[in-house]
Amino acid sequence: MDLITPGFGLVFWTAITFLCLLFILRKFAWKPILGAVEDREEGIKKALASAENARKEMENLHADNERILNEARAEREALLKEAREIKSKMIADAKDEAQAQASKIIEQAQAAIESEKKAAMTELKNHVATLSLDIAEKVVREELSNKDKQIQLVESMLGEAILN
Amino acid sequence: MTLNTFKSAILSVLFLATSFSGFANENSDPQEDKEFNAKDMIMHHVKDAHEFHIITLNEGKEDQKDISIPLPIILWTDNGLVTFMSSEFHHDDTGHTIVEKDGMKFVKSHEKIYQLNADAHAVEFDSEHHPTNAVAPLDFSITRNVFMMWVSIVVLLLIFIGAARRYKKSEDNVPTGIAGFIEPLVVFVRDEIAKPMIGEKKYRRYMPYLLTVFFFIWINNIFGLIPILNGANLSGNIAFTMTLALFTFIITTFSGNKNYWKHIFWMPGVPVPMKIFLMPIELIGIFTKPISLMIRLFANITAGHIIILALMSLIFIFKTVAVAPVSVAFSLFIGIIEIVVTAIQAYIFTVLSALYFGMATEEEHH
Repeated sequence: MDLITPGFGLVFWTAITFLCLLFILRKFAWKPILGAVEDREEGIKKALASAENARKEMENLHADNERILNEARAEREALLKEAREIKSKMIADAKDEAQAQASKIIEQAQAAIESEKKAAMTELKNHVATLSLDIAEKVVREELSNKDKQIQLVESMLGEAILN
Repeated sequence: MTLNTFKSAILSVLFLATSFSGFANENSDPQEDKEFNAKDMIMHHVKDAHEFHIITLNEGKEDQKDISIPLPIILWTDNGLVTFMSSEFHHDDTGHTIVEKDGMKFVKSHEKIYQLNADAHAVEFDSEHHPTNAVAPLDFSITRNVFMMWVSIVVLLLIFIGAARRYKKSEDNVPTGIAGFIEPLVVFVRDEIAKPMIGEKKYRRYMPYLLTVFFFIWINNIFGLIPILNGANLSGNIAFTMTLALFTFIITTFSGNKNYWKHIFWMPGVPVPMKIFLMPIELIGIFTKPISLMIRLFANITAGHIIILALMSLIFIFKTVAVAPVSVAFSLFIGIIEIVVTAIQAYIFTVLSALYFGMATEEEHH
């Protein structure tokens, strides 16, 4: 029975001792120890956060670099494309121009040839006409220089002419 | 090689133990050989005492000599405070040696101090074990348990203030020396006990109490296991566990918020008849919680001591050395379990205290 009846003296001393222990340890042990542990944890947390920040910044920087590089690449690409386009356009333009010029020249040449031909033809015709007249005059003159022949001609013409 | 040395060391210790017990048996004279009473021996070891008894030489002979450390006896009598050393009783625990102080006569019987009536010469008891010719004054003596408690306090202060100093010395709060050993335990109490049980927001207030109670119980559990200290069974004493449970009860009751009392007197979320039915149950629950704390620690530690002592008593009950190896092996086994139990019981007491604080401070949630 003694075993389970608490003795008053021990209760008294335990209470006093425990309270003293609690207050002394709270002030001189738990506060410094917990404070130090928390400080350190805070420090670790901060260090980790700043490391994370640095990493993010690095990432950002990297991304920026990448972006700038990409932009530059795209710009170069665009420039090159543009240049290529300009080049092909210039070539095409030049081609067209040349073609137009050429066809114009050809046309002009054809026109000139045509007019030259016509002129030549007219001249040829005139020449042939004059020549024919000359020849005819000469022939007629030759023919009519001799009386016999004149009569002969008249006769032949008459002969040809059938009197109705 | 080392295994062999280890083996021979164990064997020699076992042999030493058996030969000692044999020696103890043979030493006492047959005619004066009292019947060995295991219950008395165990109770003597498990209960508190007014002196630090170490050994009795030449037991039962003319020149019997008790070696013990005397402890101060402090009594509050009707005539005021009386103090004297326990050695004045001359190791008498039967209520025959009378110590006279300030005209009052004191005797010690079964580790209880009685103030004899003026005409009495020895304390006498009635059938219900109430003294018929004496009164029991309030006993504030520095008993074996109080003494060991103070030893444990000194050790605790040395350890923890020493550890706290280590942090002050180091610039960057790096735990060195004893602090490196202490810190995981402190962090364990904080992260595994206080934070989950009480909650991130409120645990800080209860940390000093939880830490103190954890280490106080643990170290006294360990001290109770050291045989040379004569097993001062402080944490297995119901007065000690009652006091600590009382502290938990007081803190729980005073930190109870509106929500806590509402759950006790008018349980929300249940119909009104149920509310009325639950009220007395919850009201009893307020008290059963600390009582369970008190009994759990007391019973666990005391039971461990009783088992070890009972196993050792087997040697003397059977009066043969042959039982000794079995006894020693079993007590060693129980002793190892007890070492684990020291920490487990300290942990359980702290966890449940924290749980009660957490219940008392829990905010309303829907």
